[in-house]
Amino acid sequence: MSHHDHAAAERAPQDLAELPGDLVTRFDAGIRDILGRYPPDHREAAMLPALRLAQEIFGWLPPAVQKLAADRIGAPAIRAEEVATFYVMYHTHPVGRHVVEVCTNVSCSLTGGFDIFNHLKKKLGIENGGTTRDGRITLRQVECLGSCATAPAMLVDEEMHERLTVEEVDRILGGLK
Amino acid sequence: MSDIFILTKRWPKKDPSIAGYRADGGYRSLEKALSMRPEEIVEQVKASNLRGRGGAGFPTGVKWTFLPKDTRPRYLCVNADESEPGTCKDRYIIEYDPHMLVEGIVIACYALDIHLAYIYIRGEFAKQARALDRALAEARAAGFVGPRVAGRDFAVEIHVTRGAGAYICGEESALMESLEGKKGYPRFKPPFPAIVGLWGKPTIINNVETLSNLPFIVEHGGAAFTAIGMPKSGGTRLFCVSGNVKRPGIYEKPVQYNLKKLIFEDCGGTPSGRPVKAVIPGGSSSPVLRGDEIDVSMEFDALKAAGTMAGSGGVIVMDDSVCMVRALSRIAMFYAEESCGQCTPCRQGTPWMEQLLEKIERGEGTLRDVEIVEQLPGNIMGQTICALGDAAAMPVQSFLKKFRQEFVDHVERRGCPQGDRAWGANRETREALIGGVRQ
Repeated sequence: MSHHDHAAAERAPQDLAELPGDLVTRFDAGIRDILGRYPPDHREAAMLPALRLAQEIFGWLPPAVQKLAADRIGAPAIRAEEVATFYVMYHTHPVGRHVVEVCTNVSCSLTGGFDIFNHLKKKLGIENGGTTRDGRITLRQVECLGSCATAPAMLVDEEMHERLTVEEVDRILGGLK
Repeated sequence: MSDIFILTKRWPKKDPSIAGYRADGGYRSLEKALSMRPEEIVEQVKASNLRGRGGAGFPTGVKWTFLPKDTRPRYLCVNADESEPGTCKDRYIIEYDPHMLVEGIVIACYALDIHLAYIYIRGEFAKQARALDRALAEARAAGFVGPRVAGRDFAVEIHVTRGAGAYICGEESALMESLEGKKGYPRFKPPFPAIVGLWGKPTIINNVETLSNLPFIVEHGGAAFTAIGMPKSGGTRLFCVSGNVKRPGIYEKPVQYNLKKLIFEDCGGTPSGRPVKAVIPGGSSSPVLRGDEIDVSMEFDALKAAGTMAGSGGVIVMDDSVCMVRALSRIAMFYAEESCGQCTPCRQGTPWMEQLLEKIERGEGTLRDVEIVEQLPGNIMGQTICALGDAAAMPVQSFLKKFRQEFVDHVERRGCPQGDRAWGANRETREALIGGVRQ
């Protein structure tokens, strides 16, 4: 953990009471629909979609947000932490306004994925997992995105971009605020 | 014989909505299925010799018969976690013809007396998850999903659950753990999911492509499906070809189609015209074949006889400009990253293999390191709860066996002979053939 991340983690809200009320209200409205997909005696099954919803609303998953998700589906907070730290799409540390994720697995690298990832590291001046100083972009190297025949591929804020070239990547990045 | 389209017949330009699907005869198989006895459908699926398209190739009809007779409820989990490197087929079924999958799911539920199904889709497939939600809303509005399917006394509900980035959740017991809202730790087997599955109840887990074949099987009968393929392995498969070929893409071919023909005739060979050095035939966990070993049928048992496996249908082609040490290092990195950490041989062994391979690729390795990399797979295979350990071990074992001299060369020359061109000389492929249409 870098010094920057560490400071942010110290500021991270720890308890439900610290979370903005309007965002909690939005979460509570969304969680009802999610719980409707599972049998009433298996509310804990909603953990993955609950954390996804929470991340969409709060931006990332500090301890207070994990507790909120766990509380609303009737699970202990430790279960939320267990899940939030197991799956790579959950952010347990703050991320930039945009998350750029480049596949460097075999099919992508055979068609330039590794070149694209190196280009982005240099251009943004950050390493894998890092965030630009202005908080604009977090860059991550990720595993196979299921775009092997249309490689190379990357996700920008969970939207897939395929058949990339370095020029195309620069164009996409230019459009991110 | 090679131009039979079951799964891709409406790809990629036909209207994927329920109106478009019904205009082409969609949901008639479901109507027919509902007029049959459930056991008759199971018999047809057995007769079809449909084998699971997720990777293991287990006969679907046989899997279905493992359900205990008297325990209810039963559940269906649809595996849309498509994560095996090199595999990109289920996503196109969902993008281009999602109702074919929905119809297959409802037929399976009717055949197996199941009333609740979950489609578990990998988290990265946001667009595809939205496509499924849309298709399910249409199917509910049309009465094909809901309390009275097609007006009959049969109820079924189908929900979509998105994963959140974990290859292991494609393993069926990890998938169920994840669906239950937990981290994806695979379970001990036995008991198998058909006996003790989701929430402890009997559960069938089938892949997207597997289930999408059911409308055809119900409409034309199991024998017709077998006739397209082979006596013990029916139908077509979606082969995903990627890497150094002129026309990468998704090719629907009979299960027994020839691998060399696929690469050279359908995909046009390598863009550079250079020889094919290596082919991974069934996703990155399948043992690699040398360029002179690819004149083989891609059917499950045929590839098994050739010392590899058909797996998920992900064919990755590498020409002779690609460094095998670099390619294997990247594969090893994937399995080290994706090991769930539950079993020691896999948790400790996968990063060890990755680190040694990286060291050899950097030119800092010794011949002793090469020997250790050769020995490690044997200490992982068969020693873990799930197949990820084997999946990580098989590529290492096969690359070392078939391309050992390249590893030794890296040690002796203290570096990669190809330097920063280790990923090969032709990275210019920009076109793909999806559903017969150039993209």
